[in-house]
Amino acid sequence: MSAALVIRGLRKEYRAGVPVLRDVSLEVGGTGMTAIIGPSGTGKSTLIRCINRLVDPTAGEILFGGTDLARLKGRALREARRRIGMVFQEYNLVERLSVIENLLCGRLGYVPVWRAWLRRFPPQDVARAFDLLDAVGLGDFATRRADALSGGQRQRVGIARAIMQDPELVLADEPTSSLDPKTSVEIMELLAQLARERGIPVIVNIHNVELAKRFAERIVGMSQGAIVFDGPPAELRESHLLAIYGGQGWIDA
Amino acid sequence: MSELARLRTWQRFTLAQRVGRGLTYVLAAVAVVWSLRTIEVIPEFLYDAPEQTADLFRRMWPIDWSFWHEMVAEALVETFHTATLGTIIALVLSVPVALLAARNVTPSPTLNLVAKFILVSSRSVNSLIWALLFVAVFGPGALAGTLAIAFRSIGFVGKLLAEAIEEAQRGPLEALTAAGAPRASILLKGYWPQVEPSFWSVALFRWDINIRESAVLGLVGAGGIGVALDTGLNNLYWDQVGLCLLVIFLVVIATEIATSAIRSRII
Repeated sequence: MSAALVIRGLRKEYRAGVPVLRDVSLEVGGTGMTAIIGPSGTGKSTLIRCINRLVDPTAGEILFGGTDLARLKGRALREARRRIGMVFQEYNLVERLSVIENLLCGRLGYVPVWRAWLRRFPPQDVARAFDLLDAVGLGDFATRRADALSGGQRQRVGIARAIMQDPELVLADEPTSSLDPKTSVEIMELLAQLARERGIPVIVNIHNVELAKRFAERIVGMSQGAIVFDGPPAELRESHLLAIYGGQGWIDA
Repeated sequence: MSELARLRTWQRFTLAQRVGRGLTYVLAAVAVVWSLRTIEVIPEFLYDAPEQTADLFRRMWPIDWSFWHEMVAEALVETFHTATLGTIIALVLSVPVALLAARNVTPSPTLNLVAKFILVSSRSVNSLIWALLFVAVFGPGALAGTLAIAFRSIGFVGKLLAEAIEEAQRGPLEALTAAGAPRASILLKGYWPQVEPSFWSVALFRWDINIRESAVLGLVGAGGIGVALDTGLNNLYWDQVGLCLLVIFLVVIATEIATSAIRSRII
């Protein structure tokens, strides 16, 4: 298994001297789903956002396809970003655009500005957007405005938009935290299925340990800005959960 | 007694706050008295004001309808054109200034300050003063009026537009950034759809205001129906003044109805 992403000594301090990430090192393989679990405020989101540089790391390297993402700027950074898809907790669709245009927004890193402006997206992009919309089960919603959709439908659009980028890696930041339990399972199934079919590695931040164990091949447990567990779901024991989340009562219940 | 002392008490304001509020009331009263004395009301004029007003209206009636063809019709069209063209110029010019003023689009305090300065200067000068300046530069006529309307509106439209841009939700912008979109594409597909409703509503509102403002610009020679009004006033032809006022009143009502109808449709 060759590593698609190698993180070494990643450190992030929003305020000097108060690290949110304490020298995190992590290797992610070329396929499969990796779930990062841990309590709120432990740096999961910061870690994932450092990878595509929505957050600038304080120190460390993030090697992706041989280049260090932590050092990129301007055009090179944009070109690296378009190879990494991202799915958000709050979907982050452009609400007043139609569903199909939201999908095409995934191509903005490739499409010249004037084409985006005049909505003259390349025909193969448009065709792919329709195919993907069918694949996520929203074929009939292409011309609906994004704000007319339910949470689960919006997240499907969010996933389709990420896939539109033709990514070599997908990051998902709490993709199910705003959804009901049934929809959460469907969204995780969809993510896992796309990852499997297209052979794209997926890194997903998730609160729900059961969902993580059910869909991920690998669990990374974080606590206070450091990795405290790393292994397959079957090896995750109560003692590990105790180390990750602390407390006792919630496990017994 | 001891029973009462143990009860917990609650008061909305502390002693210092109560004293402060009391002082504010006193100051407000002083300010009102002071300003009343400054404006020097002349009782004789105040007492016969109702009579004078009634007299004015009597002189306006019957309205001189022939003045419509003579001057008002053409001036009215000019007023419309002045307001509309001025608004369009202002919209075009205010967009770049608003982008510079919005802190989320332009993360440079210096540029923000420069843009804010432009917006404040535009707003702090009244349309009539702008018109006086442009009449001095370009001579009397609708060109001076149009530019006056445009320059006064840049500040208004730019400020509200900048605020709308700053209120854009970060989520979608973050998503487009993560997709590797260049800045121009983020502006077009991330910011613009979020700002669009405010943009059109501000544009309509300003057009509505500009119709009213351009109606009086003629008083300083900047074209439009104000010129007709000014002519009537100078000649003491109150029946012509009556026509001008009636027409302005109707036009304002009509634009009010039109803008609220359009607004309810686009938002």
